[in-house]
Amino acid sequence: MKSRSMRWSAYGILGVLVFSLVRAITGSSDLTSVGTFNAALLLAIPIALAGLGGLFSERAGVVNIGLEGMMVMGTWAAGFWGYQRGPWMGIVMAVIFGTIAAAVHAVATISFGVDHVVSGVAINLIAPGIVRYLSVIVYQDSNIPGAGPTQSPSVQSIGSNGLPFLSGGHVLGWQSPDLLGSIGAKGWFFISDISRILRGLTGDVSYVTMLCLLLFPLSWYLLWRTKFGLRLRSAGEAPVAAESLGVNVYRVKYIGVLISGALAGLAGGFLAIVASSNYQEGQTGGRGFIGLAAMLFGNWRPGGLLMGSALFGFSDALQLRASDAVHSALLVIAIGFAVYAVAQWRQGRRVGGAVTLALGLGVFALFTYVKELPGPFVTMTPYVTTLVVLSLATQRLRMPAKDGVPYRKGGDS
Amino acid sequence: MNELAVELRHIVKKFPGVVANKDVSLKARRGEVHALVGENGAGKSTVMKVLYGMQRPDAGEILVDGQQVRFRTPAEAIAAGIGMVHQHFMLADNFTVLENVILGSEPTKHGRIDTAAARARILEMAAAYGLDIDPDAMVENLGVGERQRVEILKVLYRGAKILIFDEPTAVLVPQEVDELFAALQGLRAEGLSVIFISHKLDEVLRVADNVTVLRHGQTVAEVAADSVTAQDLAELMVGAELPTAPPRSTVPHERVVLSLQGITVGGQGTRDLLHDVSFEIRAGEVVGIAGVEGNGQHELIDAIIGLAPCQGTIVYNGTDISRFSVARRRDSGMGLIPEDRQREALLMGSALWENRMLGHQRSAPVARHGVLQLKAVKADAAVIMREYDVRAPGPETPAHALSGGNQQKFIVGREMSRQPSLLLASHPTRGVDVGAQAAIWEELRKARDAGMAILLISADLEELMAMSDVIKVMLRGRISGTFDPQRTTLEQLGVAMTVASA
Amino acid sequence: MSRRFSPQSIALTLAAPLVAAVFGLGISSIALMITHNSPLETFRAMWDYGTQVGSLIEMVNLGAVYYIAALAVALTFKAGLFNIGVESQIRLGALFAAWIGAMFTLPPVLHVFVILVVASLVGAMWAFLPALLKVKRGVSEVISTIMLNSIGSALSAYLLADHFQQLVAGSNNVTTKPLPQSAWVPDLMSWLNRVGIKDVPGGGPYGLVFLAVALGFLYSFIVNRTRFGFDLRASGASPTAASVSGVNPKRMIILAMMLSGAFAGLAMMPVMLGESHAYTLGFRGGVGFTGIAIALLGRNNAVGIAFSSLLFGFLEVSARILELNGIATEIYIIMQGAILLSAVAAYEVVRRYRETLNARALARAGVTA
Repeated sequence: MKSRSMRWSAYGILGVLVFSLVRAITGSSDLTSVGTFNAALLLAIPIALAGLGGLFSERAGVVNIGLEGMMVMGTWAAGFWGYQRGPWMGIVMAVIFGTIAAAVHAVATISFGVDHVVSGVAINLIAPGIVRYLSVIVYQDSNIPGAGPTQSPSVQSIGSNGLPFLSGGHVLGWQSPDLLGSIGAKGWFFISDISRILRGLTGDVSYVTMLCLLLFPLSWYLLWRTKFGLRLRSAGEAPVAAESLGVNVYRVKYIGVLISGALAGLAGGFLAIVASSNYQEGQTGGRGFIGLAAMLFGNWRPGGLLMGSALFGFSDALQLRASDAVHSALLVIAIGFAVYAVAQWRQGRRVGGAVTLALGLGVFALFTYVKELPGPFVTMTPYVTTLVVLSLATQRLRMPAKDGVPYRKGGDS
Repeated sequence: MNELAVELRHIVKKFPGVVANKDVSLKARRGEVHALVGENGAGKSTVMKVLYGMQRPDAGEILVDGQQVRFRTPAEAIAAGIGMVHQHFMLADNFTVLENVILGSEPTKHGRIDTAAARARILEMAAAYGLDIDPDAMVENLGVGERQRVEILKVLYRGAKILIFDEPTAVLVPQEVDELFAALQGLRAEGLSVIFISHKLDEVLRVADNVTVLRHGQTVAEVAADSVTAQDLAELMVGAELPTAPPRSTVPHERVVLSLQGITVGGQGTRDLLHDVSFEIRAGEVVGIAGVEGNGQHELIDAIIGLAPCQGTIVYNGTDISRFSVARRRDSGMGLIPEDRQREALLMGSALWENRMLGHQRSAPVARHGVLQLKAVKADAAVIMREYDVRAPGPETPAHALSGGNQQKFIVGREMSRQPSLLLASHPTRGVDVGAQAAIWEELRKARDAGMAILLISADLEELMAMSDVIKVMLRGRISGTFDPQRTTLEQLGVAMTVASA
Repeated sequence: MSRRFSPQSIALTLAAPLVAAVFGLGISSIALMITHNSPLETFRAMWDYGTQVGSLIEMVNLGAVYYIAALAVALTFKAGLFNIGVESQIRLGALFAAWIGAMFTLPPVLHVFVILVVASLVGAMWAFLPALLKVKRGVSEVISTIMLNSIGSALSAYLLADHFQQLVAGSNNVTTKPLPQSAWVPDLMSWLNRVGIKDVPGGGPYGLVFLAVALGFLYSFIVNRTRFGFDLRASGASPTAASVSGVNPKRMIILAMMLSGAFAGLAMMPVMLGESHAYTLGFRGGVGFTGIAIALLGRNNAVGIAFSSLLFGFLEVSARILELNGIATEIYIIMQGAILLSAVAAYEVVRRYRETLNARALARAGVTA
């Protein structure tokens, strides 16, 4: 275990080094700026929460492609109640709305045996209709400033804090010094880069963000260390065996799907209240699906899922903040491919290595000859990243054995 | 130690269309290994599912320790001290042994699973009953024998006093069988009751104290194991219907239909799944393949039909087909009765006439120029149903609605309809009632006499002896012996199946 | 054979859609009542408006577009795949067809034909990507097509804005160069006039409604009557049995996805060649997603999909009147969704009930194991 964590730290430092190098060469400071990483965190959380939702559901054997729709419900509820009763109430109602949508999915898939993907798609189709309908009713003819059929009035923001002393957090009203921030401003190669990254991740972090991050170790403990977790996972791995040992598989699956919806709703609430300041139609922008992809990437485990989300959050942050940084990121990707190609070559996978190297050269050529990426290509970044990552990662994945298989009590196999 | 642990009185269980148990009675004592024998379809598994709470009886009584009980779920049966070791293991592959064992009755400490306590308890039980196992191993990495031990531990962990074993030896190699029997003796010595379901009579006589015989859903006898012979039991099991093969009156032709030369199929590990297999089948000849399951038989079929990539040469009717696609091989006239008919040979949700096309969709009379000839297909499906006595309302009936025997007869009819020059038949009579078995044998014999080459894989040695012109034994992916059924005994085959020859 | 059309069997077939419709109406009623509207009056208003000639024409026009999209989705369902990417295949197919179609003038019918070919080729190529990813890298087509939808919409926005755009003086609508008249397909108003129906402001049914009908027949023929269709269905029903029977599963994935993409590429053609005569920034989105719902509701059956398309079209068109009554038009989406969800649940219940019936029928026939 120790050597593994050391290896990962080494990878991390190497990664930051590459970023610093590219930042220095290309001069696109956004690649390692405080703002980019603060935004990356903000953008990664909803993806990660959706992915965690997918994890609970799929570990219980129910594919939940309806996460997107459940998130949509969450964004709307957060906007409506957030405006009426304050941001915390908005978050709570987002969770409740997500859970309600998940209840529909649970009834359809578990009790009625409807194909999981079909039910999920149906939820994704209906959710936007419902929230539009509700918005028209409550906002259309109201005279609330900023409210309309496609958006809610703005919601008060929830307070934030940072690490005391390192990132300028405040303790009992006292503003502590901002050590990382001042080092980050110095312009020392690598040292300042790493300080800015850490400052971005640990400074001005919303209390909701902190709570959300806590959910990950908590979920891991729940799923891998408790009786409930073992039973939930057994429903996804071998439901017939579990039933034969007295586990109430239906109930466990219901709970898994409901938790899934609660987390997706929370992801929606986060989008509306923390990552933004009101509900806007289409706010989820496919993050539920990207969350699913992050879950695949993380091999149905919370830690891996968090890493996948970080990757997607970062690419999203780059595309939102500065298109020139996306262009510079091409160089990082080219270097990444080159390193991977060398690793493959050394493992004796000559053909794979050659293909990877060719890809790397292609990306490098793109970086060299195209000086600026057109806007829409920048928008595509997170989706392309998802595709590339999945095509590299899928074959070594291990999904729960009975994931997506409708289960019938007393049925065969 | 001679009190009754469990008693079944006149159990009746009906399913739509089938009476699985007409009248089953059984008595098992403490400290006894009690065998329940009967042919496939005699109702053994059903009555045990009734005892284990998976099925509710339509009539009859169950007594455990002299008390009448009524189980609605397995959980209630478990609580009453009954445990079942299933034939098809019910294990989560991605879990450890420990997780599989404790699932459903997890020891906890402050809300957290008490892994240390569970591990200690498992190791203690393992030592007491001679069930050697590593609690922290992943089940997916375990062999069949070890998995069975996990199943037994699961049952013991829940404090079972009555253990039901559903055909436990079907998937084991001989050494594993020995280990299992040793463990059963251990259980008996501890005063537990074991109900042992099997149709392998030699094993039954080796391990059991008493034997209950079922025939057509009825208890026909209860006898002490040391007072009967295997022949006695066999007669009790099948009654007067024991099908026997008439000696063949024709001889195989000289023409070679299929020739395998050095067929090798690589495996995941170091050992090949199939290694350097070479033999020939001539027209009108039946080559039987004997062997414990999982010794390369499935891979052999896959290699011939083109589903498994392999090295070596396959010559079929004079053409080298080693590089042909599955479609091309089938279209050149290979009939196939696969091992797992419901997964490999049928579309369970589709009508029989649709199933008529499966595997034949590229050639007449099913398709012309890529267009299906639905009228002809439906008519042909009806013909097959009539000629092969497939009992179902009509060609529109979905395949899943048929019994296993009727499904198999339909598959045989379908494959025969093209008059293939080669038939690959894998366990053609497994899970089929006696009548269908005789009918299928008769069809195979007729086709053989008409010049068809047959590769017959079976776990039923008597079937192999009756049908084959020559028997090859497979062991660990190799041919370990070739026998003439006229001049060989079951014992000789048994040795070749288990011990690698020099 | 006689079993197939027994009264009981027909009743069962009709039961699921009926239950679904009742349930869907029930949920919509609840939604309306929550917002203090009378369900009965609302439904009556929708019915009155929806059955006017102009609305019915719109219903048919909308239905034709949905129909083609739904056939595309259904093709992959038959093969056990799920092409959620129909949305972007439609979009890119239409965009390229508009761009290439406007480059030249050809004799009328030929021009239309060329445009249709371009649209379906582009759709097929865009669907080839997820198929390739699945076959070569094992990536689930469900996720990859969703990602490709987002990528496709960004790509089409870029291509339209930077490469295919034709600036129209005095208008800020971003559009491709209009198609020449030889590529226009006239509407069918004159046919309606002949049977005594007078002109309505919105114009008549699109000429390419016939394309939808033709594709419906083609779909039905391919799926039910060809060997390829059998291979497709076998792969969907049991991948193992299909490969044992000689179907190459990888080839089937690629063919099914590409054929689906080819259908999808055609979905917007009735509108583009019949009305807009160009691809514009305001291109109608969501057709592919609605197509998924319709395919599910229609049970992948050409006739079932036709009825479902018209139903969805009817609900959408007739709901427009509600704005005048101060009710959110979006109630139609809730209706569609509720009908869909209750339908899939009802189908599943009926299927299980049928299994039981089948077993009983066998028992009556005296068949034993």
